[in-house]
Amino acid sequence: MAKRTEIRFSGAGGQGLITAGIILAEAASIIEGKHAVQSQSYGPEARGGASKSEVIISDGPIDYPKATTVDACLAMTQESADKYANGIKKGGVLLLDSDFVKREPQGDFKTYKFPIIRTAKEDIGREIVGNVVALGAMVALTDVVSREAGEKAVLARVPEAFIELNKKAYNLGYDKVKELLK
Amino acid sequence: MAKKVALLQGNEVCAHAAVYAGAQFFGGYPITPSTEVAEVLSVELPKVGGKFIQMEDEIAAMASVIGASLTGAKSITATSGPGVSLKQELIGYACIAEIPCVIVNVMRGGPSTGMPTGPGQSDVQQARWGTHGDHAAIALAPSSCQEIFSETVRAFNLAEKYRMPVQVLYDEIVGHMRERIEFPEPGELEVIDRAKPTVAPEQYKPYDTSFGDVPPLAAFGSEYRFHVTGLNKAQDGFPTTKAELVDDEQRRQIRKVENETARADIEKNEEYLTEDAEIIVFAYGSIARSARYAVNELRKEGIKAGLFRPITLWPFPEKRVAALAKQAKAIVVAEMNLGQMVHEVERVSKGACTIAGVFRVDGEPINPGQIMDKVKEVR
Repeated sequence: MAKRTEIRFSGAGGQGLITAGIILAEAASIIEGKHAVQSQSYGPEARGGASKSEVIISDGPIDYPKATTVDACLAMTQESADKYANGIKKGGVLLLDSDFVKREPQGDFKTYKFPIIRTAKEDIGREIVGNVVALGAMVALTDVVSREAGEKAVLARVPEAFIELNKKAYNLGYDKVKELLK
Repeated sequence: MAKKVALLQGNEVCAHAAVYAGAQFFGGYPITPSTEVAEVLSVELPKVGGKFIQMEDEIAAMASVIGASLTGAKSITATSGPGVSLKQELIGYACIAEIPCVIVNVMRGGPSTGMPTGPGQSDVQQARWGTHGDHAAIALAPSSCQEIFSETVRAFNLAEKYRMPVQVLYDEIVGHMRERIEFPEPGELEVIDRAKPTVAPEQYKPYDTSFGDVPPLAAFGSEYRFHVTGLNKAQDGFPTTKAELVDDEQRRQIRKVENETARADIEKNEEYLTEDAEIIVFAYGSIARSARYAVNELRKEGIKAGLFRPITLWPFPEKRVAALAKQAKAIVVAEMNLGQMVHEVERVSKGACTIAGVFRVDGEPINPGQIMDKVKEVR
């Protein structure tokens, strides 16, 4: 059987987590030539509410397009952590924004955390790239695509003027997690 | 040259496929979870000289599609179940007046407003019967982004070939998920245009059955002048109440889809490990993907399960399902409604095997585990 990896990005609607999922799926399917399916669920609100985006990546064709047992989950808010961390498989990983998730979900998985949004704001100067910091962090945490493929996919999506900003955000998230993993 | 590839949402793919098929007109009214079809076509149609109109409501949108198609332009609308409810009167008009058009229904729950952002498959009988009167129906149910491309093109082909409305039915999951798709090259997929009259304008009759069950359709507004009505009519298009003419028309309009040759042309199924299967899972759209996952898992446990996936939902694949019912111990129908296609499976299997259902309507997909449990229960 082909190896199937399930990654979930969750947070508040409007934080760009669906975009983060799409970029990861592009890195896997367009750049690395693997199979990938990205899906999402969201409420009727344009902003706020708990939002999740799931990416399934596999060496072979993907049948069931939603997560069954999540290998890696990102939760940017308390609400999303409460709602979406439950599906993580035994031995899986959870990444939290430590400023916003105070009650950590408990389970048979490893939890990593750092202030993701604050990092974007203070180290990059733009809170809006929080999702790209988170994407870099999730790539580092899972190695599901290469660092380069992830970066290439991010840069393929942003206008010229924002390339440096996003490159910095992606690599900062990546390095933060590689540091945590040491 | 390498083919153009992209990671696209099902709805975006549908819009690109419409352009590939030669669509020249979209008339619609935005509704979740179908809106991206309209969004993309509003950008793409003008590039190919087509027209995009957002109408004042769903009913007017359907009327605009019928009108545009009559003039010769391949036409499409996209909506969800509540929108199809409103379009039903005009779907009947397109059936009886025999006007080709494509209606995309990205299914959410229901009835009424239901849960707009959640998936459902509860419009499958609406696609068959959703307008009054006897009429034929064609509905296609793709289950992947690549298949949305090919089935949308096929929907246009069938609409043009059989002069009737064709529905493309897929659920919110397939509509909103993103997969890598390869764009077919021009000419790679067959594109069919409606038969045009070969007679002189003064000899033209819009329902002239000497040309067969699907008479050629002239472009309204051209030198071919004809009458279009929702009334029963004679071959010249003018209303009639003559019993034999009404009977002929009614029967022909069903026969053009239900005859053996047409069925063989329209029906399309996928079968996976059904050859030696004792339990067949019948599933379509996104749920067929759960079913395939379940079948693979069940096979690992030594259970002889197989998948039957109708890609053409209507006309219903009667012969094949009847044959499978004779071969199998049980058929498990999995659908995101409270039991709709299961009635068709029961009808055609005539008690030859056990029929069981896995139904779900809470806005969550049926997962492989639910299907596996049911298979084990009936085995």
